[in-house]
Parts: sequence; structure tokens; C-alpha cells
Amino acid sequence: MTEMSQKSLIGRIFRRGPWETAATAFIGAGVLMLMQPFALALYTWSFLTTLTGVVMFVIVSKFPE
Amino acid sequence: MTGNHIPDALANRLATATPPKLAARVRGLSDKAIAWLFITPTMILLLAINIFPLIWTIRLSFTNFRANRTNAVVKGIGLDNYTSILTDPDIWAAMQSTAHFVFWTITMQTLIGFTLAYLLDRKFRGHGFWTTIILIPMMLSPAVVGNFWRFLYQPQIGLFNYIISFFTGVDPSSFEMIGSVTLAPWSIIIVDTWMWTPYVMLICLAGLRSIPDYIYEAAEVDRASTWRQFWSITIPMALPFIMLAVLFRGIENFKMFDMVNLLTSGGPGSTTEVASITLKREAFEKWRTGFSSAFAIILFVTVFGLANIYVKALNQVKSR
Repeated sequence: MTEMSQKSLIGRIFRRGPWETAATAFIGAGVLMLMQPFALALYTWSFLTTLTGVVMFVIVSKFPE
Repeated sequence: MTGNHIPDALANRLATATPPKLAARVRGLSDKAIAWLFITPTMILLLAINIFPLIWTIRLSFTNFRANRTNAVVKGIGLDNYTSILTDPDIWAAMQSTAHFVFWTITMQTLIGFTLAYLLDRKFRGHGFWTTIILIPMMLSPAVVGNFWRFLYQPQIGLFNYIISFFTGVDPSSFEMIGSVTLAPWSIIIVDTWMWTPYVMLICLAGLRSIPDYIYEAAEVDRASTWRQFWSITIPMALPFIMLAVLFRGIENFKMFDMVNLLTSGGPGSTTEVASITLKREAFEKWRTGFSSAFAIILFVTVFGLANIYVKALNQVKSR
């Protein structure tokens, strides 16, 4: 029973939908940071943000629906 | 009956033509193995022309390699190329030029494209003819478009300046679209909008045609005004398609090279130097191969990220 509830908890946490949305948000933020004209610091960290989003997207796309 | 005999005869001819040794070897293969046999050449080709250069570029991006100094010692410099790019104000400026170009082309293409699609969806007399006429610019090669717009933009002989002069009364030789610092970015935006609005229009038209008529009929029964129907039915239901068009054009314009190179080559100065032009200059004029490899990887990751969002949006549209 405990194992079942643990499995369902893991299943609830690792659902594709919200994680994919989070990855998309990272990619979107990264692209905006790359092209914005306001702060060089944001531009500097843009690639890392986009890369995080892309890696995250590739991983979470394997999660169950 | 005849239809069945021809393939049989062909199969028999092939069977007799196949050397017995080869036939015996193939006969022992499973369906999966035969499928792999067919896929393997394509896989090898893809690995050779896509995957291998990508891995090689990633490797080069961590070195100081210069393609014009092949005898020089290649040193690993870690993340130095990436740090240089991501702290370089000139490359940041190129990114802003790209953003300016992407933002305005997408805005104009979406607005004009959607309006045209909305008008063509009315199905008036001769709408098929007008759809074909509107689609013509999209079918032309960017090289052709770039060259003839260069002629159109000529201040002395170009038609564009005369049309502007006709409507505004400004002397046609008093301004130069390609040579002016303020007008050069707009000259590229105008050409790209002229060429790719039909594409956005096509996607929007598909979206508008996918809205069932009964929804509008129900709205009319409820006495909803045309304006209300537009904002509550047309726009929400066509939105996934519009998003698809925006994302696709965004990705394409982010890596735009041909049109900019043909029209302005990044000039005057560096006003129209978009990211791909900077990349070309670093790679083939300054010969900083390692540096430009790192820059290419940064652009690749960005486009790959946008493509992921595009595929996600495409799946949402498909599931509708």
C-alpha cells in the first residue's frame, strides 16, 4: 500500500505537462535574455538559461503524461 | 487481374536475376533486419553530414583553432570562447539587431497575414485567383528576391523611391533605403515581410477554415455581434495556428542570412549586422574558427530550444 502511494506520488510529481511548461519558460526566458537591450549581465547568463531549458525539455519529454 | 500478374512477373524476374548466394542470405533475415538494411544508408548519411559536423563543431568551440592556420598548434582553451562571446558588447549589439529584425518582421507578417487570411476566408468571387497571386513572393528564391529588391531600392532608378515620392512628395533621390543608417534595417524588414507574409497567411487561413460553421450559427442565434464573434470565436480558435506561424517565422528569421547578405551585407557600418552575418565574419573574414564554432553552438542551442517549443505547439494544434 505504502509502495503504491509512493509510486503514485512519484507519478504525480514527474508528470510531463508542468515540467515541459517549466522547460519552455526557461527557453523563452533564455531567448529574451539573449536579445534584450537592457543589461549585459542578462545577456551573459542567457546561454546557460537556454541550455538548462533545452536539456530539461529533452529529459522531461520522456516523462509519462 | 492483370494488375496482380505484372508484379508477380516482375518478382519472378527479380528472383531469377538475384544471385543464389545473396538470395539465401536475404531469405534468412527477419523483417526487422531488412528494415534496418534499408534505414542504414540514410542513418550513415545523416551521421556523416549532420551529427559528425555538429560534434566536431562542439569540439572546436573549446579550442583556439583557426582554419587559415592549419599548421599552428591547436590548444584547448576551455570555456574561453563562450565567455568572450557572452561578454562581448559587439555581439550583444548583433543580437539586438537580430531581435529588432525578428520582432518587426513577425509583427508585420502576422498582422498583414491574418488580415489577408480573414479577407480570403470570405470566399468572394475570384478568391482562388487572388490567393495564388498573393502566394507568388513566397515561391521565389531569396537570391532572386534580394537582387531585384536591390534594384527597386536604387535611389536613382529604383521604383520604390518613386512610389514613396508619389505618396509623400519627397524627392526620390533625397533618401537611400540601403545606404541610410536609419532606413537600412527597415529595408530588410520590408523585403522579408513582402516575401513571407503569404506563408503566415496560409497558416492563418488553415486555422480559420478549421473553425466549424455551427459555432458561428450558434453565436448568431445568441445575437452576438460580428465584433463579438471575432474576439470570442475567431481569434481564440485560430490562435494556435497563429502561434505556430509566429514560432516558425521566429526561428527562420533568427537565423536569417541570405536576404541580409544580398541587400546590405550587414551595413552601413554594422546597423544591419544580424547574428548570422557576425558569425560569417568571425568564421570566414577573421578566421577565428574556434570562436565562431562556439558562437554557432550558442545559436544552435537557441534555435533548438525554439524548435522544441514549436514542436510542442504543433502537437497542441494536431490534438485539436
